[in-house]
Amino acid sequence: MALLEVKNLKTYYYTLRGVVRAVDNVSFSLERGEVLGLVGESGCGKSTIAWSLLNMVPPPGRITGGSIVIDGIDITKLSEDDLRKKVRWKKISMIFQGAMNALNPVFTIEDQLAEPLMIHKGLSKKESREIIAKLLKMVGLDETIMKRYPHELSGGQKQRVIIAMALILNPDLVIADEPTTALDVIVQAQIINLFKQIKQRYKMAMIFITHDLSLIAEIADKVAVMYAGKIVEIGSADQVYGNPLHPYTQGLLASIPRLRKREEIRWIPGVPPDLSRPPPGCRFFPRCQYVMDVCRKEEPVLKEVEPGHYVACHLY
Amino acid sequence: MSAGDVILRVRDLKKWFPLRRSLVEALTFKPKRYVRAVDGVSFDLHEGEIFCLVGESGCGKTTTGRMITRLIVPTAGHMYFKASEEVKSITPEKFVSEDGYIDIANPKLPKHVDKALRREIQIVFQDPFGSLNPRMKVYDILKEPLIVHGIGASEEERRELIYRALSEVKLVPPDEFIGRYPHMLSGGQRQRVAFARAMILGPKLVVADEPVSMLDVSIRAEILKLMMDLKEAKGLTYLFITHDLAVAAYLCNRIAVMYLGKIVELAPTEELINNPLHPYTKALLAAVPEPDPSNRFRIREVPIKGEVPSAANIPPGCRFHPRCLYTMDICKKEEPELFEISEGHYVACHLYKKK
Repeated sequence: MALLEVKNLKTYYYTLRGVVRAVDNVSFSLERGEVLGLVGESGCGKSTIAWSLLNMVPPPGRITGGSIVIDGIDITKLSEDDLRKKVRWKKISMIFQGAMNALNPVFTIEDQLAEPLMIHKGLSKKESREIIAKLLKMVGLDETIMKRYPHELSGGQKQRVIIAMALILNPDLVIADEPTTALDVIVQAQIINLFKQIKQRYKMAMIFITHDLSLIAEIADKVAVMYAGKIVEIGSADQVYGNPLHPYTQGLLASIPRLRKREEIRWIPGVPPDLSRPPPGCRFFPRCQYVMDVCRKEEPVLKEVEPGHYVACHLY
Repeated sequence: MSAGDVILRVRDLKKWFPLRRSLVEALTFKPKRYVRAVDGVSFDLHEGEIFCLVGESGCGKTTTGRMITRLIVPTAGHMYFKASEEVKSITPEKFVSEDGYIDIANPKLPKHVDKALRREIQIVFQDPFGSLNPRMKVYDILKEPLIVHGIGASEEERRELIYRALSEVKLVPPDEFIGRYPHMLSGGQRQRVAFARAMILGPKLVVADEPVSMLDVSIRAEILKLMMDLKEAKGLTYLFITHDLAVAAYLCNRIAVMYLGKIVELAPTEELINNPLHPYTKALLAAVPEPDPSNRFRIREVPIKGEVPSAANIPPGCRFHPRCLYTMDICKKEEPELFEISEGHYVACHLYKKK
């Protein structure tokens, strides 16, 4: 059985200007030890998926339909209390976007890392110290950092602390939302290396969310491309990069400048639709170069084009 | 690449920001401390080229760009700019060198010259959300530089200039855009307005400070293409500032890599990418992710150690030596000079100096 099974997930924001369908009928599954890369442009709903998986979508957002089953538990049906005690951090932990700036400035790193251990596992501070030391070493930090305050650390070090914090209760699934956006290239490469090591050593399942297709290629086994609240293509990394099917995926891949290949880059004309008033039919049709009549009327569903490779496009 | 005349000669440019001294330091007459954001940068910009300054945050690339646009005043150094005849004619002779360059770093430059020079050197900022006044319509945003510089005798004339600027950046039909506020535009459109605002004064040199890093990937290429088109149409020269080597490699003719306020390597793009010499350049290149899924099975070797030190506390000798994997004794004592190792390829590293 898959570790995580998301079925027909719908997360809408009920704003005064109308209902924003940030995540609209999204389904995917994830095996243990597998890394899913979730890629899409700003506003496509990728972060909303992450919040939905912890069932903590910020208001006025709400999960309005579908199910999220992790390890046999449907978290959309759990009470807030059960969620906190059974799911969050124990089963699914998350590295939030910009989390390294959310470290509490008045507590030492040790105090902050000990908190989940004391609350969830009932350990004393002394008992947690050993675990923390081991974990810090694992993420490539020196033990002495325990006694430091966040302002004494560099951006890369803070991000490592955040990663340690996400791993501290040994969750089955770690969600990382743009974990390297604020970091410089070299530090970014080092953090990605760390994720690769964690993946190899702990066989942990991960969902890696970013707008950067190059970054996803560095880590993900499976890639899902999101556009305007929907998954438009999902498949193994080799399938999606080697044989991109959806015009949007093709456009994204063609828009990345390569370091060593002198190739003309292309772009996708137009802008993503307003999610409170998505266009009828396929949401991508106003920007698509292969648009047909059917695209304007009928919404395409995800179809399996080759084993494990799904695409939502009328072309196939 | 068209190697035109040198349009801007930057020599030993420095910007040191003073740090506040603590009471104890002041009372004990400790020397003043500085953040040496830019610490002796020299390069030539050729007419019609796209020159790139690349480096990590805090390396001084933005500060350099801002000094060239004279948004901040340099602490020391010179910037010899090849101004147009028009500007030269209004400049007192003592400020114009024999070969016709004006040192725009000179703080004694008369006000009217200074202002005229601002028309020739324009800047486009990174954040199109912050660089446009949210309370002004596109029309007024573009009209402001015209008013400041007294261009256009009548409203009709200005209107025409604004329309032309908007069509140049492909915001057509202009009628549809002039009445909008920035929040009614997409990120790409906003950046186009920022370019229109820079272009409306007819500059010769445009400093583009990370103009695409805040934009979504799918529209980045659109802005890069626009930059190329504008360059061709107007014969512009760009100083492009970025942290993204892949974008730099795509767009630029020459790349200068900065580290802690200094240029450590400068070469034509192909040469820099294929034959990097400075250990820092090698590390930077090794760290760039590429959309190749086979990368997921290997750990990227980034040949560098440690972290960037603070610019207030620059290591002695070669400023890169604490992070370098090839440190020698001399690196700790003597700062390497930037020298030409092969044609057009400059590097500041002791590894290549000895012969």
